[in-house]
Amino acid sequence: MPAPHAVDETFLALPLHALADAALARARALGADHADFRLERIRSASWRLRDARTSGTSDTTDLGYAVRVVHGGAWGFASGVDLTMDAAARVASQAVAMAKLSAKVIRAAGSDERVELADEPAHPDRTWVSSYEINPFDVADADKSGLLAEWSARLLAAEGVAHADAALLTVQENKFYADSAGTSTTQQRVRLHPQLTAVAVDPASGDFDSMRTLAPPVGCGWEYLTDGRYDWDGELARLPEHLAEKMRAPGVEAGTYDLVVDPSNLWLTIHESIGHATELDRALGYEAAYAGTSFATFDQLGKLAYGSEIMNVTGDRTAEHGLATIGYDDEGVAAQSWDLIKDGTLVGYQLDRRIAQLTGFARSNGCAYADSPGHVPVQRMANVSLQPAADGPSTEDLISGVERGIYLVGDRSWSIDMQRYNFQFTQQRAYAIRNGRLAGQLREVAYQATTTDFWGSMTAVGGPQTYVLGGAFNCGKAQPGQVAAVSHGCPSALFEGVNVLNTTQEAGR
Amino acid sequence: MSTRTPRRNRPHEIVERALELSRADGCVVIADEHSSANLRWAGNALTTNGVTRGRTVTVVATVDGGRGTASGVVSRSAVTAEDLEPLVRAAEAAARDAGPAEDAQPLVGGEKVSADFTEAPAETSPEVFAAFAPALGESFRQTRAGGRELYGFAHHGIVSSYLGNSAGLRLRHDQPTGTLELNAKSAGTGAAGPRSAWTGRATRDFTDVDPRELDDELARRLGWAERRIELPAGRYDTLLPPTAVADLLVYQMWSSGARDAAEGRTVFSRPADGNGPAGPGAGTRVGERLCELPLTLRSDPSAAGLECAPFVLAHSSGDDASVFDNGLPLAATEWLREGVLHRLPTTRHSAALTGLPVAPGIDNLLLEGGGSRSLDEMVAAAGHDGPTLLLTCLWYIREVDPATLLLTGLTRDGVYLVEQGEVVGEVNNFRFNESPVDLLSRAVEAGRTERTLPREWGDYFTRAAMPALRVPDFNMSSVSRGV
Repeated sequence: MPAPHAVDETFLALPLHALADAALARARALGADHADFRLERIRSASWRLRDARTSGTSDTTDLGYAVRVVHGGAWGFASGVDLTMDAAARVASQAVAMAKLSAKVIRAAGSDERVELADEPAHPDRTWVSSYEINPFDVADADKSGLLAEWSARLLAAEGVAHADAALLTVQENKFYADSAGTSTTQQRVRLHPQLTAVAVDPASGDFDSMRTLAPPVGCGWEYLTDGRYDWDGELARLPEHLAEKMRAPGVEAGTYDLVVDPSNLWLTIHESIGHATELDRALGYEAAYAGTSFATFDQLGKLAYGSEIMNVTGDRTAEHGLATIGYDDEGVAAQSWDLIKDGTLVGYQLDRRIAQLTGFARSNGCAYADSPGHVPVQRMANVSLQPAADGPSTEDLISGVERGIYLVGDRSWSIDMQRYNFQFTQQRAYAIRNGRLAGQLREVAYQATTTDFWGSMTAVGGPQTYVLGGAFNCGKAQPGQVAAVSHGCPSALFEGVNVLNTTQEAGR
Repeated sequence: MSTRTPRRNRPHEIVERALELSRADGCVVIADEHSSANLRWAGNALTTNGVTRGRTVTVVATVDGGRGTASGVVSRSAVTAEDLEPLVRAAEAAARDAGPAEDAQPLVGGEKVSADFTEAPAETSPEVFAAFAPALGESFRQTRAGGRELYGFAHHGIVSSYLGNSAGLRLRHDQPTGTLELNAKSAGTGAAGPRSAWTGRATRDFTDVDPRELDDELARRLGWAERRIELPAGRYDTLLPPTAVADLLVYQMWSSGARDAAEGRTVFSRPADGNGPAGPGAGTRVGERLCELPLTLRSDPSAAGLECAPFVLAHSSGDDASVFDNGLPLAATEWLREGVLHRLPTTRHSAALTGLPVAPGIDNLLLEGGGSRSLDEMVAAAGHDGPTLLLTCLWYIREVDPATLLLTGLTRDGVYLVEQGEVVGEVNNFRFNESPVDLLSRAVEAGRTERTLPREWGDYFTRAAMPALRVPDFNMSSVSRGV
């Protein structure tokens, strides 16, 4: 692994410490029990191409800072953009004023609830930079759009491809954090997500379909597109054949099937049915009116049979190239790795400092995150990953043991209820399995299940050779709405007796 | 606040200065001055809150070349006069690097100047909650006494957008946006189990919302839920309230771009050998009757209470937006006219590609042409020929199949059983699989159009007026145990 990059010097040139000192001093003077200051600069750029021609670009930099206080037992939060010490102190005053307003409403309601934070050792003057080789913002724009155009042209040249869509998102996130307990962290991370989609249209019948690359978003640099770590050439070469086969494929007969789920599909099922369900703020009701709650309630910790005994799920903020990976969270808590589900039983949750203190955990596991300087940190998802079996089977071995089933590849549609019970997913490709062999693609497939039934039906997990780190840039939570990027690693896995729908029949056709 | 803004940092001067700095063939500058305040609560207690204020400046540079005109778009927050030159140069560099933009068009001209272009931006503050916050505290006390818990969120924001371009446009729009969502929960006893009810409002200024009034509505619904009835999956006669109709039709609106339709990629595409017109709009279903009810789906920047920008504000180009169209006037547009598909959203570029009229997207949506009945009156008329379900709202709506625009999602916070014109209890939640296009064709009644907050899309789209719809065979695909 190459030596880590230094933090961008244009970020370090900002008056980070002076602003923090001014804000924290004002908060202390106004009687805050805790105060933290967070300055962020987030640069996000995107390129979109239709049929190999640029159809849209953006390049947005968000720079600002926030002060959060605990004052009189209540939270107060305010943000600002003026990089002067006077302004930073003023924002701290606003945060204290918001805490006072909040305390007034809490008293009016007759509540005696007070905000208290779990202890965290001070981490003074720490610097952390994510693992990447070439910062995508150091690559000329023309090279980026040029590569996407060339890849689009390859798809368009293939028979049966009517249209090709291409998109690239790149992000560089810089954060400076300082709090009244003496922690001070300066961090930088880089991530990107390239996607290509081939579209087939039968002009006579009006039938159409599409197929997208499976390449996951990653905490890597530009090398992800160029150094061979992902087989772009192979995937782009095969995509038109896959799409043509899908266009010819029969619709699935609705019913119960054994499913072999590829990591490219399973990561999203993990995200929705485990990742969100093991957020303790949700389980306690703090997201009840919006993102929802969780069936995995706190009283079931250590008892809930989440799935079969071969199910082991971890949370971490440490996996190399993980999208939720960081050195320190937005409350100054050092990154950790821990068990969420052990041998099928719920044994852990994702925490921030307040929720940890409220529920008797000694320490937060570092899941506080704000997506921008203007937003308050909330408990956001760690990399939540299903562990492979040490000597587990290959995907082919899993398929070979299935008499009548379906092999699912790539994510597409997703939806789950507000307590994380009932979900429905579709895929990029579904293959019939007959007598242990793939027997061609099927169309119109969706699988539907209840979370604990589904994970309880998992009878085999693949070995480390099947493990892939998938993920997304666009996980939504909280009000005001915040987005977060998160990764989920998993092996291929076998699920027995899952309900499969035919989506055309569902549409009443 | 404006007194602290140095003269050269006033938003209209930022726009003028950036245009002066431009060395490109064309330039568009948008200065967005935004401010917001929010309160969030859970379990009868405030949880988080915040106030924000900021500025984002977007510069679009256009560079003419032998192969066409290129565009470069760069946005930065916290921009002052000193930061403008690097920002303008970055946009110009991006344009030179980009190659021809396929949506290139002449910049919108006309020397139009908004009368308030040089005035200070509008701004919100926590004061917007001056009457609301104490009333909310009082509601917490009441609900605690009544054995209920309140959860929810109140948000108010104002964006003042200043748009200028090198063709002489100087336009301004102030957009207030407010939302209130209130969710009441009750632990319940015995067979009733835990109960949950929801209501929401969109508001421009919070003077027209009273949490106590909304809490009364929620208490009524939690009362309905004291009797619990389990029903299996199946197709049910269903009353969709305005918020649910809005969520389904907003997604339909987002999926109706003219270019995708003409390329054969959406539910609004028509096969080449179909009976549609061969000329303008060929390959689309424009002109086709989509529903028997005489419903009109439209957007109008001047719709009362739903006012939104009367000109295009495009911060980047995409399938249904073009930065070249910035400043283009927006007029009332009927997407569906008395049941017939009338317009699909276009930019000037996609209008030229498809032969359809220019019809850029507008930030509100209204469905009109139903009857005069309120939802309560529709309930009173329902459940006489078998059970009818009354929904509260929909949740986690995602596209399953673009060919039919099949969407999946959940019912949430109250499915009620109507028998003989009365709500007789609460039913379990369901996962649905339905297409809004099909629902419009199968709806047998639309009620009175009223303002509503689309719950699922409320983070992005809040200005809607919809009727309730009665659909005789809504597809509840499976039971959800979620409450």
